[in-house]
Amino acid sequence: MTTMPQIDLAGAGVQPATAVAKPKVVARDVNVHYGEKHALHNVSIDIPEQAVTAFIGPSGCGKSTFLRCINRMNDTIASCRVTGRIELDGEDIYDRSLDVVQLRARVGMVFQKPNPFPKSIYENVAYGPRIHGLAQSKAELDEIVERSLKRASLFEEVKDRLDAPGTGLSGGQQQRLCIARAIAVSPEVILMDEPCSALDPIATARIEELIDELRENYTIVIVTHSMQQAARVSQRTAFFHLGKLVEQGPTEHIFTTPEDKRTQDYITGRFG
Amino acid sequence: MTDLAAPLTRASGAGLSPDAARARIRRRYRAEARFRLYGMLAVGFAALMLVVLIADVVNKAWPAFFETRVRLGVTPTLEQVSTDGKLERTSLMGGDYDAVLRTSLQELFPGVKDRASRRKLFNDLLSTGASAAVRERVLADPSLVGKTFTVPALLDDAADLYFKGLMTGRSERGGRGTLIPSATTGEITLTSTADDFSADLADTKRALAATARSLRREAERLLRSAAALPAGDERARLEQQAAEIVAQAADKEQRLAATGGAEPLDASEPSKLVVLDGGIIKLTSLGTNEATGIVLAPLASTQPAAAGSWKVVTLDQPEANRKLGDQQIAWLEQLRDKGLVERAFATRFFTSGDSREPEQAGILGGLVGSALTMLVTLVLCLPVGVGAAIYLEEFAPKNRLTDLVEVNINNLAAVPSIVFGLLGLAVFLNFFGLPRSAPLVGGLVLALLVLPTIIIASRAALKAVPPSIREGALGIGASHQQAVFHHVLPLAMPGIMTGTIIGMAHALGETAPLLLIGMVAFIVDVPAAVTDAATVLPVQIFLWSDLPEAAFQAKTAGAIIVLLVFLFIMNGVAILLRRRFERRW
Amino acid sequence: MVAVFFLALVAIAVAAYLAGRLKGQRLVAAGARLHSLPTYHGLFLAVACVIPMLAVVVAWTPLAPRVVESRAIAALPADLQPKSELEHDARLREARLVAVGQYAGAPSPGLAAAGEAYRSARAAAEVLLLALGIAAAAGGFVWGSRQLAPDFRARNRFERVTKVALIACSAVAVLTTVGIVFSVLFETLRFFGRYPWHDFLFGLQWSPQIAIRADQVGQSGAFGAVPLFVGTTLVMLIAILVAGPVGLFAAIYMSEYATPKFRAVAKPVLEVLAGIPTVVFGFFAALTVAPFIKSTGEALGLSVASESALAAGLVMGVMIIPFVSSLSDDVINAVPQSLRDGSYGMGATRSETIKKVVLPAALPGIVSALMLAVSRAVGETMIVVMAAGLAGNLTFNPLEAVTTVTVQIKTLLVGDQEFDSAKTLSAFALGFVLFFFTLLLNVVALRIVRKYREQYD
Repeated sequence: MTTMPQIDLAGAGVQPATAVAKPKVVARDVNVHYGEKHALHNVSIDIPEQAVTAFIGPSGCGKSTFLRCINRMNDTIASCRVTGRIELDGEDIYDRSLDVVQLRARVGMVFQKPNPFPKSIYENVAYGPRIHGLAQSKAELDEIVERSLKRASLFEEVKDRLDAPGTGLSGGQQQRLCIARAIAVSPEVILMDEPCSALDPIATARIEELIDELRENYTIVIVTHSMQQAARVSQRTAFFHLGKLVEQGPTEHIFTTPEDKRTQDYITGRFG
Repeated sequence: MTDLAAPLTRASGAGLSPDAARARIRRRYRAEARFRLYGMLAVGFAALMLVVLIADVVNKAWPAFFETRVRLGVTPTLEQVSTDGKLERTSLMGGDYDAVLRTSLQELFPGVKDRASRRKLFNDLLSTGASAAVRERVLADPSLVGKTFTVPALLDDAADLYFKGLMTGRSERGGRGTLIPSATTGEITLTSTADDFSADLADTKRALAATARSLRREAERLLRSAAALPAGDERARLEQQAAEIVAQAADKEQRLAATGGAEPLDASEPSKLVVLDGGIIKLTSLGTNEATGIVLAPLASTQPAAAGSWKVVTLDQPEANRKLGDQQIAWLEQLRDKGLVERAFATRFFTSGDSREPEQAGILGGLVGSALTMLVTLVLCLPVGVGAAIYLEEFAPKNRLTDLVEVNINNLAAVPSIVFGLLGLAVFLNFFGLPRSAPLVGGLVLALLVLPTIIIASRAALKAVPPSIREGALGIGASHQQAVFHHVLPLAMPGIMTGTIIGMAHALGETAPLLLIGMVAFIVDVPAAVTDAATVLPVQIFLWSDLPEAAFQAKTAGAIIVLLVFLFIMNGVAILLRRRFERRW
Repeated sequence: MVAVFFLALVAIAVAAYLAGRLKGQRLVAAGARLHSLPTYHGLFLAVACVIPMLAVVVAWTPLAPRVVESRAIAALPADLQPKSELEHDARLREARLVAVGQYAGAPSPGLAAAGEAYRSARAAAEVLLLALGIAAAAGGFVWGSRQLAPDFRARNRFERVTKVALIACSAVAVLTTVGIVFSVLFETLRFFGRYPWHDFLFGLQWSPQIAIRADQVGQSGAFGAVPLFVGTTLVMLIAILVAGPVGLFAAIYMSEYATPKFRAVAKPVLEVLAGIPTVVFGFFAALTVAPFIKSTGEALGLSVASESALAAGLVMGVMIIPFVSSLSDDVINAVPQSLRDGSYGMGATRSETIKKVVLPAALPGIVSALMLAVSRAVGETMIVVMAAGLAGNLTFNPLEAVTTVTVQIKTLLVGDQEFDSAKTLSAFALGFVLFFFTLLLNVVALRIVRKYREQYD
């Protein structure tokens, strides 16, 4: 934490807009328990369409937990219990009749550590369209793969070696491959769980550029440790602390005129 | 140490002079060296045992891979080989091919006249399967009937052992003087111009002394056992037996004490055969330069034989302890002298089923039985084991029940194998009424036996696949099963295969449970289906090891070698697989 | 016939799969957005056909013989109609023999008719089974293909079936244990119904052979198993005396002293030793070690039985060396390096560190390794079958022949057994004792290991 965003205390009195004009994801009173542990308390948030929303906060504050609620990745943890309501385009994603697999096709995810499948680059990207039946022919599939790789701005680097194993790429390339893999199933929302934490600064910069480009077509939610990153890429920011959503609002607002003492302490580097 | 300000005494020299301290350190280093030596000895002992075991088996096994045959010229006649005088295949199938060989042998030994000896000549020398060679040739080419050709006739196991030197030690000594036989047949006297037989006489005396000593020991042992028994019939019987043995020993000792004169040789002493002038004489009594004996193969003449043109052959094993008499050995020696005896690689060992006749017994039945059993085992335990592992590792909720299943599997892996035999007997045979001795049941039992091994290995392999792969698949909308079957399972496959091969190797060597489900029957036919009665290689080994014929000992060891080769190959493949596909995440 | 049925099963499954997939593809071609891939529609349809078909087999198999038998009995003329249960069974047996053409001699006309009825009924039953199976499959097919629609969750339905199959696989392991417990338990209880359990557990004389004569109903053999327990213990003790120290020292050397090069040689040696089948050790014991011990003993003036406990025990010890060493290796390696460093830091030599620090820390693990080795030795069969004796001598002299529990189980159950005799049942009682003794050792040993691991994790 070398550079701090300028904090404009003069604007402290302005009410941040908690309600969003066109919410893609709406969460109300979400609580998460891991066995006995109460990991997330009454989180309510609106996530706007075609914008980047950043979740910030100290380690273990529940931001990743909440992110994983949005595409129900927490279902894979046996002891995890989620209550409350999360809607995607007005549809309750915890509804019993909803197929979690279809949900995850609409809400893609990119993980902290790049995790390409130990298969070829092509197969990595083609896997999603294949299991969702998005391509009727080989040509169509080729086209999806190419388009996804291009959107993830990886195509130029790998177009000659689509058959090479995805695990042979550099860390940054692997992460972009994972983004391409997520894009390939045409999701509406992309969740990113600290996507740059395992990357060097140059690779990080490329991913950040990419996130900015992707904003046009997708709703992006990113969890990050780095406040600069949140400031650079996001339009809206939510600050989590000890399992609670402390404050949310337009990014410049959070960084310049935080309302809560804890937010202020965090962004000025007093803890975290 | 009450005064804290005082410097602490140094541990190594606490109250010790420098010399004593040094001595103490030396002692500690000696203890160190000793301890290290124990460790090396332990590893060395294990290695030594392995070497001794393998060397012992290989040494015992090599005769099994060779067979001895005699090349006989045969002329099958139509009435011998055809049941109805026609050259049709069906008529030739039932022919008496033994007669063909019998005739051929008689022509080789014209001196053998009486029926009993002729029967011995054929039965004791040739295998009961020897005529198969003639039969095959004639069936393949009926025009051979009436023509003369040579066939390799398989020797009987005893004759085979004799030529392999496993029946008796055999030594030869050339004659130094000129030997004069008194006649060409019957009981004759041999007179040498030198004291040719004195060494044999000394030999015989030594053998007598040794026999007497071992008889005395045997008697003592019997008396000791008798003393331990309560008075009664059994004790009296043992005491009587001991007394008889003592009497025999006394007799030998008496003969040993007597000097000069002829020493009689009987069947309980090493045999001495004199080979001269195309004939063989078995010595019945020995002097220093004169011996009497019975002619086993007639001499050409009573011409004196010059020094070096005759020899004395000693057979260390007394005739009474041998399966083959001196007469038969004389015949075999003659066959060898004629250059008719050949040794060849015993392909029969790999291509025929079990037999009561050691020279005809092979491991094919056991091999095929093992293959069928392993097939059933693999087909059952691989899908079930992997399925169980996938469920327990990937899908099972973590609760008391799955804990119990896990404990159960770990314990099942340590249940003695014979208990699985009891299960097979009680459930598969008695309850479900499946056929006894069948590879189907054997495979079922072995599948249950190796199931825990495969489950444990598969779970370990599945666990080793990092969760990020699973999450990556789930994150783009693969269902849990798709993530497992498309991504996790293929990555775990090398580990699963390694575990499976090791489990199968274990099953291949398993014997005890198969004994209980009846795979111990004597089965000649090679099984063709999983419900046929069959045996497996390890059980074949067990069965042969129990048989009294010496030739079966080599067969047992030979079968062990084959089994070990298969096991080494399987384990080698498993190790290669592990090395090749081992992945560090 | 079974083969025909299962061929039909496979053929139907493949056909249904193809049909389902085709239907899925058609829906896609018509512009529908499918919930599941066409492949899953195919798999669902295949499963919808196969499950009813298998259900038919399961239902029909126990039913069919009854139908066939009643037809055969009905075909008998009035004078041959059975009057008792016993006669009923006898007639059926005869009819069956006639049907398969193995009846000795010429059957009476009535019996021939019954045989014929039996044969035709059985043939009809087989055809009926096939017909029913195909009908069930067709029903499944019709029902299944009605379900197929763009928003039909074929994948979820198919995955549910897969999951049930996976659960069934896990259940096999549990059923095996249940099967073992019940098969030995039932026969053991029957045995104790005839022979008092305390005489079995504490009796000093074992001679089951006396009971062979069937005419002497009241006189049964002596089934006092103490000589077997003593023999088993003796052989096991000899084995552990060999394998315990050798295996432990080998493990210590391998984990604390050996250079990587030495380990690269020694580890495979131990692995090879571990991979040798027990029947080979048995051969080695019976044909090499036992004669060697006998002749050595006699040269020293000792009386040695040719099937001495010593030979079997020694070879068994060699067999379990790798077992002890690999288990000990694991527990020694689990001792944290920090403990060793603490000891070295005080100037202790390696052996002092091992003796004073590593071994005490690893003690529970080593104890459990030895317990597992004991369980292994007690349950080992082939070495003792081939190299130990058959007579139940009550002795602790390792030079004499003793017999063991496993030898007796094998001897009592191999060859011609009289069904239901006390002799046969006693083998199950021995198996029961063996199973529970080894189970107890394993459970305790595994629990100790688990506790021990947790301590250092």
